[in-house]
Amino acid sequence: MKSSWWKIASVILLLYTVVGGFLMDVPRLAIVNETIRALYFHVPMWFTMIPLFLGSTYFAILYLRGNKMDNDLISVELAHAGLVFGLLGIFTGMIWANYTWGTPWHGDPKQNGAAITTLIYLAYFVLRSSLSNDEQRARLSSVYNIFAFAAMIPLIFIIPRMTDSMHPGNGGNPAFNMYDLDKSMRKVFYPATVGWIGLGLWIASVRIRLRRAEEKILDLEYEKNN
Amino acid sequence: MKKTINPRRWFRVSHWCSSTTLLTATLLLILTPGYSQEVEMADTMRSEGKIYVVVAIVLLILAGLIGYLVMIDRKATRLERKLEGKKAS
Repeated sequence: MKSSWWKIASVILLLYTVVGGFLMDVPRLAIVNETIRALYFHVPMWFTMIPLFLGSTYFAILYLRGNKMDNDLISVELAHAGLVFGLLGIFTGMIWANYTWGTPWHGDPKQNGAAITTLIYLAYFVLRSSLSNDEQRARLSSVYNIFAFAAMIPLIFIIPRMTDSMHPGNGGNPAFNMYDLDKSMRKVFYPATVGWIGLGLWIASVRIRLRRAEEKILDLEYEKNN
Repeated sequence: MKKTINPRRWFRVSHWCSSTTLLTATLLLILTPGYSQEVEMADTMRSEGKIYVVVAIVLLILAGLIGYLVMIDRKATRLERKLEGKKAS
Protein backbone atom coordinates (compact mmCIF):
# COMPACT_ATOMS: atom_id res chain seq x y z
CA MET A 1 0.00 0.00 0.00
CA LYS A 2 2.88 2.35 0.77
CA SER A 3 4.21 2.20 -2.75
CA SER A 4 0.81 2.59 -4.39
CA TRP A 5 0.07 6.16 -3.27
CA TRP A 6 0.71 7.43 -6.80
CA LYS A 7 -1.84 4.99 -8.21
CA ILE A 8 -4.50 6.28 -5.81
CA ALA A 9 -3.49 9.86 -6.63
CA SER A 10 -3.86 9.31 -10.37
CA VAL A 11 -7.26 7.64 -9.89
CA ILE A 12 -8.46 10.66 -7.89
CA LEU A 13 -7.11 13.00 -10.57
CA LEU A 14 -8.87 11.02 -13.32
CA LEU A 15 -12.20 11.05 -11.47
CA TYR A 16 -11.78 14.81 -11.01
CA THR A 17 -10.97 15.12 -14.72
CA VAL A 18 -14.25 13.48 -15.73
CA VAL A 19 -16.41 15.51 -13.34
CA GLY A 20 -14.59 18.81 -13.89
CA GLY A 21 -14.06 18.18 -17.58
CA PHE A 22 -17.76 17.75 -18.24
CA LEU A 23 -19.22 20.25 -15.81
CA MET A 24 -16.80 23.13 -15.29
CA ASP A 25 -16.96 26.29 -17.41
CA VAL A 26 -15.22 26.33 -20.78
CA PRO A 27 -14.80 29.19 -23.28
CA ARG A 28 -17.72 29.55 -25.70
CA LEU A 29 -16.22 29.28 -29.19
CA ALA A 30 -17.79 28.84 -32.61
CA ILE A 31 -17.32 25.52 -34.46
CA VAL A 32 -15.66 23.70 -31.52
CA ASN A 33 -18.57 24.43 -29.14
CA GLU A 34 -18.63 21.88 -26.32
CA THR A 35 -16.08 19.65 -28.10
CA ILE A 36 -13.42 21.90 -26.53
CA ARG A 37 -13.83 19.53 -23.57
CA ALA A 38 -12.16 16.83 -25.65
CA LEU A 39 -8.93 18.69 -24.82
CA TYR A 40 -9.04 17.04 -21.37
CA PHE A 41 -9.11 13.58 -22.91
CA HIS A 42 -7.50 13.70 -26.37
CA VAL A 43 -4.38 15.78 -25.61
CA PRO A 44 -3.40 13.85 -22.42
CA MET A 45 -3.20 10.69 -24.57
CA TRP A 46 -0.23 12.27 -26.39
CA PHE A 47 1.15 13.79 -23.21
CA THR A 48 1.15 10.26 -21.77
CA MET A 49 2.61 8.60 -24.87
CA ILE A 50 5.64 10.94 -24.96
CA PRO A 51 6.95 10.26 -21.40
CA LEU A 52 6.35 6.53 -21.92
CA PHE A 53 8.40 6.58 -25.14
CA LEU A 54 11.04 8.74 -23.47
CA GLY A 55 11.30 6.21 -20.64
CA SER A 56 11.48 3.41 -23.20
CA THR A 57 14.42 5.10 -24.92
CA TYR A 58 16.10 5.76 -21.57
CA PHE A 59 15.97 2.07 -20.66
CA ALA A 60 17.10 1.12 -24.17
CA ILE A 61 20.23 3.25 -23.64
CA LEU A 62 20.69 1.67 -20.19
CA TYR A 63 20.49 -1.76 -21.80
CA LEU A 64 23.12 -0.86 -24.38
CA ARG A 65 25.42 0.41 -21.62
CA GLY A 66 25.08 -2.54 -19.23
CA ASN A 67 23.59 -5.45 -21.21
CA LYS A 68 21.07 -6.17 -18.46
CA MET A 69 18.05 -7.99 -19.86
CA ASP A 70 15.78 -6.40 -17.25
CA ASN A 71 16.36 -2.96 -18.80
CA ASP A 72 15.32 -4.29 -22.20
CA LEU A 73 12.15 -5.73 -20.64
CA ILE A 74 11.24 -2.37 -19.08
CA SER A 75 11.99 -0.62 -22.38
CA VAL A 76 9.63 -2.89 -24.33
CA GLU A 77 6.74 -2.56 -21.93
CA LEU A 78 7.03 1.24 -21.75
CA ALA A 79 6.97 1.37 -25.56
CA HIS A 80 4.00 -1.01 -25.58
CA ALA A 81 1.93 1.16 -23.21
CA GLY A 82 3.03 4.27 -25.12
CA LEU A 83 1.81 2.78 -28.38
CA VAL A 84 -1.62 2.07 -26.85
CA PHE A 85 -1.91 5.70 -25.76
CA GLY A 86 -0.70 6.87 -29.18
CA LEU A 87 -3.38 4.84 -30.96
CA LEU A 88 -6.02 6.19 -28.57
CA GLY A 89 -4.73 9.69 -29.36
CA ILE A 90 -5.07 9.12 -33.09
CA PHE A 91 -8.58 7.66 -32.90
CA THR A 92 -9.91 10.27 -30.48
CA GLY A 93 -8.38 12.93 -32.72
CA MET A 94 -10.16 11.44 -35.74
CA ILE A 95 -13.53 11.66 -33.98
CA TRP A 96 -12.84 15.23 -32.94
CA ALA A 97 -11.61 16.23 -36.41
CA ASN A 98 -14.69 14.71 -38.05
CA TYR A 99 -16.97 17.18 -36.26
CA THR A 100 -14.76 20.27 -36.22
CA TRP A 101 -12.56 20.07 -39.32
CA GLY A 102 -15.10 18.19 -41.44
CA THR A 103 -13.26 14.93 -42.08
CA PRO A 104 -11.70 12.33 -39.79
CA TRP A 105 -8.42 12.49 -41.69
CA HIS A 106 -7.72 16.06 -42.59
CA GLY A 107 -4.16 15.46 -43.73
CA ASP A 108 -2.99 17.85 -41.06
CA PRO A 109 0.82 17.72 -40.64
CA LYS A 110 0.48 16.83 -36.99
CA GLN A 111 -1.99 14.04 -37.81
CA ASN A 112 0.34 12.64 -40.46
CA GLY A 113 3.34 12.99 -38.15
CA ALA A 114 1.51 11.15 -35.38
CA ALA A 115 0.53 8.38 -37.82
CA ILE A 116 4.14 7.97 -39.02
CA THR A 117 5.33 7.89 -35.39
CA THR A 118 2.83 5.13 -34.64
CA LEU A 119 4.05 3.16 -37.66
CA ILE A 120 7.69 3.60 -36.59
CA TYR A 121 6.87 2.18 -33.16
CA LEU A 122 4.82 -0.64 -34.71
CA ALA A 123 7.92 -1.51 -36.74
CA TYR A 124 9.82 -1.70 -33.44
CA PHE A 125 7.59 -4.59 -32.38
CA VAL A 126 7.83 -6.20 -35.82
CA LEU A 127 11.62 -6.03 -35.53
CA ARG A 128 11.54 -7.63 -32.10
CA SER A 129 9.28 -10.47 -33.13
CA SER A 130 11.48 -11.24 -36.16
CA LEU A 131 14.56 -12.05 -34.04
CA SER A 132 14.77 -15.27 -32.05
CA ASN A 133 18.06 -14.69 -30.23
CA ASP A 134 17.36 -12.81 -26.97
CA GLU A 135 20.61 -10.85 -26.86
CA GLN A 136 20.44 -9.92 -30.51
CA ARG A 137 16.80 -8.87 -30.22
CA ALA A 138 17.51 -6.70 -27.20
CA ARG A 139 20.54 -5.02 -28.77
CA LEU A 140 19.06 -4.33 -32.21
CA SER A 141 15.71 -3.15 -30.90
CA SER A 142 17.41 -0.88 -28.35
CA VAL A 143 19.33 0.82 -31.13
CA TYR A 144 16.16 1.10 -33.21
CA ASN A 145 14.30 2.49 -30.17
CA ILE A 146 16.70 5.44 -29.98
CA PHE A 147 16.13 6.11 -33.67
CA ALA A 148 12.35 5.89 -33.23
CA PHE A 149 12.32 8.47 -30.46
CA ALA A 150 14.65 10.74 -32.40
CA ALA A 151 12.32 10.50 -35.42
CA MET A 152 9.25 11.28 -33.31
CA ILE A 153 10.49 14.70 -32.18
CA PRO A 154 10.57 16.39 -35.61
CA LEU A 155 7.44 14.54 -36.75
CA ILE A 156 5.26 15.70 -33.86
CA PHE A 157 6.92 18.84 -32.55
CA ILE A 158 8.89 20.53 -35.31
CA ILE A 159 7.34 19.90 -38.75
CA PRO A 160 3.76 20.84 -37.69
CA ARG A 161 5.09 24.15 -36.37
CA MET A 162 6.91 24.93 -39.61
CA THR A 163 3.99 24.25 -41.95
CA ASP A 164 0.29 25.02 -41.95
CA SER A 165 -1.26 22.92 -39.20
CA MET A 166 -4.76 23.27 -37.81
CA HIS A 167 -3.65 22.17 -34.36
CA PRO A 168 -3.57 24.98 -31.78
CA GLY A 169 -0.06 26.31 -31.27
CA ASN A 170 1.05 25.15 -34.73
CA GLY A 171 1.31 26.85 -38.12
CA GLY A 172 0.65 30.29 -36.66
CA ASN A 173 -2.50 29.16 -34.84
CA PRO A 174 -2.94 30.46 -31.34
CA ALA A 175 -2.21 28.05 -28.51
CA PHE A 176 -3.95 27.76 -25.16
CA ASN A 177 -3.39 31.34 -24.02
CA MET A 178 -5.76 32.66 -26.68
CA TYR A 179 -8.59 30.50 -25.40
CA ASP A 180 -8.56 31.88 -21.89
CA LEU A 181 -7.13 28.58 -20.72
CA ASP A 182 -5.43 30.30 -17.78
CA LYS A 183 -8.63 30.80 -15.89
CA SER A 184 -10.84 27.81 -16.46
CA MET A 185 -9.26 25.08 -18.53
CA ARG A 186 -5.84 24.77 -16.89
CA LYS A 187 -7.57 23.78 -13.65
CA VAL A 188 -8.72 20.57 -15.32
CA PHE A 189 -6.11 20.10 -18.06
CA TYR A 190 -2.99 19.89 -15.89
CA PRO A 191 -4.47 17.49 -13.31
CA ALA A 192 -5.84 15.46 -16.24
CA THR A 193 -2.38 15.16 -17.82
CA VAL A 194 -0.81 14.05 -14.52
CA GLY A 195 -3.64 11.56 -13.93
CA TRP A 196 -3.39 10.01 -17.41
CA ILE A 197 0.43 9.75 -17.16
CA GLY A 198 -0.06 8.00 -13.82
CA LEU A 199 -2.49 5.53 -15.37
CA GLY A 200 -0.08 4.86 -18.26
CA LEU A 201 2.80 4.18 -15.87
CA TRP A 202 0.56 1.95 -13.76
CA ILE A 203 -0.45 -0.20 -16.76
CA ALA A 204 3.18 -0.39 -17.91
CA SER A 205 4.36 -1.33 -14.38
CA VAL A 206 1.87 -4.20 -14.14
CA ARG A 207 3.01 -5.53 -17.52
CA ILE A 208 6.68 -5.19 -16.47
CA ARG A 209 5.97 -7.21 -13.31
CA LEU A 210 4.14 -9.91 -15.26
CA ARG A 211 7.03 -10.10 -17.76
CA ARG A 212 9.54 -10.43 -14.91
CA ALA A 213 7.45 -13.24 -13.42
CA GLU A 214 7.40 -14.93 -16.82
CA GLU A 215 11.20 -14.64 -17.03
CA LYS A 216 11.52 -16.16 -13.55
CA ILE A 217 9.31 -19.10 -14.52
CA LEU A 218 11.45 -19.68 -17.62
CA ASP A 219 14.60 -19.54 -15.46
CA LEU A 220 13.15 -22.03 -12.98
CA GLU A 221 12.21 -24.39 -15.81
CA TYR A 222 15.70 -24.05 -17.25
CA GLU A 223 17.24 -24.88 -13.87
CA LYS A 224 14.96 -27.91 -13.51
CA ASN A 225 15.94 -29.29 -16.90
CA ASN A 226 19.68 -28.86 -16.43
CA MET B 1 -93.14 8.05 -19.69
CA LYS B 2 -90.46 9.42 -21.88
CA LYS B 3 -87.56 11.07 -20.12
CA THR B 4 -86.82 14.47 -21.59
CA ILE B 5 -83.92 16.79 -20.99
CA ASN B 6 -84.79 20.28 -20.18
CA PRO B 7 -82.77 22.22 -22.77
CA ARG B 8 -82.49 25.23 -20.51
CA ARG B 9 -81.26 23.23 -17.59
CA TRP B 10 -78.84 21.33 -19.81
CA PHE B 11 -77.43 24.57 -21.10
CA ARG B 12 -76.90 25.81 -17.58
CA VAL B 13 -75.11 22.61 -16.52
CA SER B 14 -72.91 22.52 -19.58
CA HIS B 15 -72.16 26.18 -19.28
CA TRP B 16 -71.15 25.73 -15.65
CA CYS B 17 -68.96 22.77 -16.59
CA SER B 18 -67.19 24.50 -19.42
CA SER B 19 -66.65 27.69 -17.47
CA THR B 20 -65.13 25.83 -14.53
CA THR B 21 -62.94 23.85 -16.91
CA LEU B 22 -61.79 27.03 -18.57
CA LEU B 23 -61.13 28.67 -15.23
CA THR B 24 -59.16 25.65 -14.00
CA ALA B 25 -57.16 25.52 -17.21
CA THR B 26 -56.38 29.21 -17.01
CA LEU B 27 -55.39 28.92 -13.39
CA LEU B 28 -53.20 25.92 -14.17
CA LEU B 29 -51.54 27.74 -17.04
CA ILE B 30 -50.85 30.75 -14.87
CA LEU B 31 -49.74 28.79 -11.86
CA THR B 32 -47.88 25.89 -13.45
CA PRO B 33 -44.49 27.54 -14.11
CA GLY B 34 -44.33 28.99 -10.63
CA TYR B 35 -45.58 25.76 -9.15
CA SER B 36 -42.92 23.58 -10.75
CA GLN B 37 -40.17 26.02 -9.81
CA GLU B 38 -41.17 26.31 -6.23
CA VAL B 39 -41.44 22.62 -5.47
CA GLU B 40 -37.99 21.13 -5.05
CA MET B 41 -37.42 17.78 -6.69
CA ALA B 42 -34.28 15.72 -7.33
CA ASP B 43 -33.84 17.35 -10.72
CA THR B 44 -30.04 17.59 -10.78
CA MET B 45 -29.69 14.50 -13.00
CA ARG B 46 -32.27 15.90 -15.45
CA SER B 47 -30.99 19.48 -15.70
CA GLU B 48 -28.56 21.11 -18.14
CA GLY B 49 -29.45 18.79 -20.99
CA LYS B 50 -28.98 15.70 -18.76
CA ILE B 51 -25.18 16.09 -18.88
CA TYR B 52 -24.94 14.57 -15.39
CA VAL B 53 -26.15 11.26 -16.81
CA VAL B 54 -23.16 11.21 -19.18
CA VAL B 55 -20.85 12.09 -16.30
CA ALA B 56 -22.26 9.15 -14.31
CA ILE B 57 -21.78 6.77 -17.26
CA VAL B 58 -18.19 7.84 -17.94
CA LEU B 59 -17.39 7.68 -14.22
CA LEU B 60 -18.76 4.14 -14.06
CA ILE B 61 -16.69 3.03 -17.06
CA LEU B 62 -13.55 4.65 -15.63
CA ALA B 63 -14.18 3.15 -12.19
CA GLY B 64 -14.81 -0.26 -13.74
CA LEU B 65 -11.62 -0.20 -15.80
CA ILE B 66 -9.55 1.03 -12.86
CA GLY B 67 -11.09 -1.66 -10.65
CA TYR B 68 -10.13 -4.23 -13.25
CA LEU B 69 -6.58 -2.85 -13.35
CA VAL B 70 -6.42 -3.13 -9.53
CA MET B 71 -7.44 -6.79 -9.82
CA ILE B 72 -4.75 -7.48 -12.45
CA ASP B 73 -2.23 -5.67 -10.24
CA ARG B 74 -3.15 -7.91 -7.28
CA LYS B 75 -2.91 -10.99 -9.44
CA ALA B 76 0.63 -9.94 -10.43
CA THR B 77 1.49 -9.50 -6.73
CA ARG B 78 0.17 -13.00 -5.94
CA LEU B 79 2.18 -14.46 -8.81
CA GLU B 80 5.33 -12.69 -7.59
CA ARG B 81 4.83 -14.07 -4.07
CA LYS B 82 4.30 -17.57 -5.43
CA LEU B 83 7.54 -17.35 -7.39
CA GLU B 84 9.43 -15.99 -4.37
CA GLY B 85 8.29 -19.01 -2.36
CA LYS B 86 9.38 -21.38 -5.12
CA LYS B 87 12.82 -19.86 -5.34
CA ALA B 88 13.38 -20.18 -1.59
CA SER B 89 12.50 -23.89 -1.53
